[in-house]
Amino acid sequence: MTPSDLHELSAAQAVAAIAAGSLSARELFESYRSRAAADRAAGEQGLNCFTWVASECPERGADAPDAHAGAPLRGVPLAVKDLFCTEGVPSQSGSRILEGYRPPYTASVVARLADAGTSLLAKTNQDEFAMGSSNENSAFGVVRNPWDRARVPGGSSGGSAAAVAAGLAPWALGTDTGGSIRQPAALCGIVGLKPTYGAVSRYGMIAFASSLDQAGPLTRDVTDAALLLAHMVGHDPCDATSLAFPGPIEPPTAERLDGVRLGVPDELTGEGIQAGVLAGFHAALARAQELGAQVREVSLPHAPHALSAYYVLAPAEASSNLARYDGVRYGLRAGDPAHPEDLLHMYTRTRHDGFGAEVKRRIMLGTYALSSGYYDAYYGRAQRARTKIAEDFAAAFEDVHFILTPTTPSVAFKLGEKTGEPLAMYLNDYCTVPMSLAGIPAISIPCGLADGLPVGLQLAGPAFSENRLLAAAYALEQSLGFQGARARV
Amino acid sequence: MLHVARLARLELAEDEIEPMARELSAVLEHVAKIAELDLDDVPPTSHVVASSLEGVVSGALRADEPRPCLARDLALAQAPAVRDGGFLVPSPQA
Amino acid sequence: MSEPLRTPHTPPPGGVSEKDDLYEPVIGLEIHVQLATATKMFCGCQLSFGEPPNTHTCPVCLGLPGSLPVANARAVQFGLMIGLALGSELAPRSIFHRKNYFYPDQAKNYQISQYDEPLCRGGRLGDVRIHRVHLEEDAAKLVHVGSSGRIHGSDASIVDFNRGGTPLAEIVTEPDLRTPAQVGEWLKLLRTTLRQLGVSDVNMEEGSLRCDANISLRPAGSNELGVKTELKNMNSFRFIERGVRAEIARQQKLLRGGGQVVQETLHFDPGSGALSSLRSKEEAHDYRYFPEPDLLPVVIDEPMLAGARDAISELPADRAARLQRELGLSRESAQLLAFRGELGDYFEAALAAPAQPPAPPQALANWVSIELAPRLQDADGDAAETGGSGAGGNPLDSRVAPHALAALVGMIAAKQLSVGAARQVLDTLIAAGGEPQAIVQAQGLAAIDRDDELAAIVAAALAANADAAQRVREGNSKAIGPIVGHVMRETRGRADGTEVARLVHALIGERADDEQAGV
Repeated sequence: MTPSDLHELSAAQAVAAIAAGSLSARELFESYRSRAAADRAAGEQGLNCFTWVASECPERGADAPDAHAGAPLRGVPLAVKDLFCTEGVPSQSGSRILEGYRPPYTASVVARLADAGTSLLAKTNQDEFAMGSSNENSAFGVVRNPWDRARVPGGSSGGSAAAVAAGLAPWALGTDTGGSIRQPAALCGIVGLKPTYGAVSRYGMIAFASSLDQAGPLTRDVTDAALLLAHMVGHDPCDATSLAFPGPIEPPTAERLDGVRLGVPDELTGEGIQAGVLAGFHAALARAQELGAQVREVSLPHAPHALSAYYVLAPAEASSNLARYDGVRYGLRAGDPAHPEDLLHMYTRTRHDGFGAEVKRRIMLGTYALSSGYYDAYYGRAQRARTKIAEDFAAAFEDVHFILTPTTPSVAFKLGEKTGEPLAMYLNDYCTVPMSLAGIPAISIPCGLADGLPVGLQLAGPAFSENRLLAAAYALEQSLGFQGARARV
Repeated sequence: MLHVARLARLELAEDEIEPMARELSAVLEHVAKIAELDLDDVPPTSHVVASSLEGVVSGALRADEPRPCLARDLALAQAPAVRDGGFLVPSPQA
Repeated sequence: MSEPLRTPHTPPPGGVSEKDDLYEPVIGLEIHVQLATATKMFCGCQLSFGEPPNTHTCPVCLGLPGSLPVANARAVQFGLMIGLALGSELAPRSIFHRKNYFYPDQAKNYQISQYDEPLCRGGRLGDVRIHRVHLEEDAAKLVHVGSSGRIHGSDASIVDFNRGGTPLAEIVTEPDLRTPAQVGEWLKLLRTTLRQLGVSDVNMEEGSLRCDANISLRPAGSNELGVKTELKNMNSFRFIERGVRAEIARQQKLLRGGGQVVQETLHFDPGSGALSSLRSKEEAHDYRYFPEPDLLPVVIDEPMLAGARDAISELPADRAARLQRELGLSRESAQLLAFRGELGDYFEAALAAPAQPPAPPQALANWVSIELAPRLQDADGDAAETGGSGAGGNPLDSRVAPHALAALVGMIAAKQLSVGAARQVLDTLIAAGGEPQAIVQAQGLAAIDRDDELAAIVAAALAANADAAQRVREGNSKAIGPIVGHVMRETRGRADGTEVARLVHALIGERADDEQAGV
């Protein structure tokens, strides 16, 4: 295998090759490392996927790729979104207020994956504090879509998605709050999965919205997603909201969908979706039927209100989660620390200088939604709407196994196209937010191209249905034949 | 709006106030859509985990057993200002 | 729950000068109790006191990015125990809320507390109803370090997060208290109860017990509540009483002068006796409470409830009922012993001691609560007053062994010892320990055998007080006083007063008969 072919291997293939002895983990790591470093060095000419790249291949010790010979993932390199705390390595959540912050501990899911044998390749760029759908809100520059560098990769896990799509990392960790794994996966033509809420520990994930955030895999194909997820799930005593997953995540093998009932909700598959995306979606539905699935209409009557509820709940939780960034214990402090001024001034100036525009907007929105006199009208109502949305899904799942929608209303849009109108940007999450509110798992797989740009298909299932979900996604993926198709960097 | 900014300890420069107000109004108008729904008898979901697994919620409480603390120099390592082993800040007013 | 228990009301010391016929004080208390768990409320850091700053911290209690809280099971158990002891209703499901405000002693700039779904509601302790009990985390410590050296002299503070995250139980009473003295008494009762439960060190000097008071006045006889002020930062029982008294006086003066009470937070300076307004940190806080998404609801199941009940062993109310039922103690005695757990423990230990002659339970109860405890309290007065760590009159810590007191009471019952002599023995026991029999012997305090010695002394007393004797003979029973007094002096208190009086009457009667008989 030539060095230039190394990055053609999927993660599962790399694991197998290393296990068989035909590939050196160290060689693989170094190959990826130099490609990632090159992108970082290329600045505006590169994709700007990364906020940190391992400066060298670790020679010895636990970090060395070949130290993982016995572990299931054999030292295969992993790119990790900036907001995961990685001890001693910058973890900034794409924000100036945490620029250069090196945590004294590592996020549980990253530690768990390291125990399973992954090697930390790089930290990936993202929208600041995971707030965004285009990765244009990062304090460390925009990320470019490898399919068309004038376009966005999606967000907030834009760096992770672009890196995997461009072959700069075999696989990556992202987080999904309202669609931040699925949407960039769709725009970049790769696979992204948001697990059941509580299936993966949040300890060490710099928080955006606590009741919505979940870590998940961004990969080239469904097999890799299953493989990475298998080593992510499980109860963590450091996260009170994490749960024990009822059984292991299995490698998917299904090739047909006989007996599978697929639900298509009117509310998320009509108005507002680009023609090219809808065409791709319907083509995928037809393919599913060829594989033996039954497609039927379902109704999610409260889905049209999901975005409204989300844009109350998420900013509200964020306004509280981001209160800790005040210049006292870590991160940016405005002014000269040796000569402290007035405390209030320190707080407000630090947060003014350290937070970007989108983050400030959401903090304001969230603070307002929780404030005295407004709680019932906004936060209180949004929580109730959330109950109805979850009930809609539960009712639908009595009838069908999975719900299918396009992942996003459009293909990748141009950089700068939607930054003037926050609301226009928020609409990108239209199809993904309902699943987040309900806490159910959902996966996005590429199902075709429209105008030369990838189109994503979303499948959602009931809580803890990841195995069946991955199986169905696998069968479709094999049939559609899109997996692995990648833009050349 | 300045009141909200104060609650959130966000300084807003003169030229930031108007655009912020405009953007927030647009969003608020959109999210006000949830006022259309009839939600009177609906219980709020404050914890989605609990609702996805009825009664099967273990490990929510922690045993009262000591775990290793951070060494002090690590705790203070990222601090902008330190004195006498503590985080130095301007004094709060009254 | 059995009928409400009542504490004996001590009248306010020094008279009732603060009593006002026009206005009635209405006082409610908010008490924060640091729980004596091994670790903090939401992380595994060990609790500490007086350690070098920031040596007991972790990502969670420092509020580092990405950290998450996990609730301490034992803190929940302690909360349940408090609720059980106060007769509160335990919520089958309660949740944590975030209380959002910016302050350097709050690592996350929100405190995890409980809001409208607390752990416990209602209950009662003594005369005071409990409104609620809930769990929350303590703030860090802020130490002022004065000028930072700039010309403008801006002040700086240092934050120490060792204390941050310590589990707190917040106990809020209904506004049932009416006098400063009652406040002090009730706080002592609460302190004893919590100490007996073992849930806290309840030491005001160390900060494990903190109390704020809400005070208002209303026209006597009215049922409405006036505007209340909040009194904070008083760190001893004595200061609390004084602070409350001062604030009542201030409000009285204000209202009598036609003014109105403004709702505000006040600080009491015990040194000067002055009350000053704590300028609120900024405008009225809008805490923007919302349910804590990082923590699941606390669901109380049978094992947890059973665990809490077992940890208490016996609630005060149940103990009082048992003492009445099994030992025939009066209700007041039983409650007194049950409420002051250390007295009850001492009493039961004394009762169990094989005293010969045996001590009757009620008599023993009286001697524990009326004779022994007050004497010990006086000796340990200061510590009890400040709410510090002094024994506060715990008889088990004294030199009087339970079996010794039992023996003493047995001797009185068998008339081997007069009450007066017994008191002298008790004083000796308190000072130096020992055995009653030996002390009686050494000090020659044995009761007088009435068949010889006493009769002779009484006869001598009658002779020395012939006028008094005559008046008694004529029917003026009060005149017996000097005669009895004479006898008591002669016997150095060893004689039993009742017995002396009987003998005096008998001898006078004999004389009368003798005289009548012409002897």
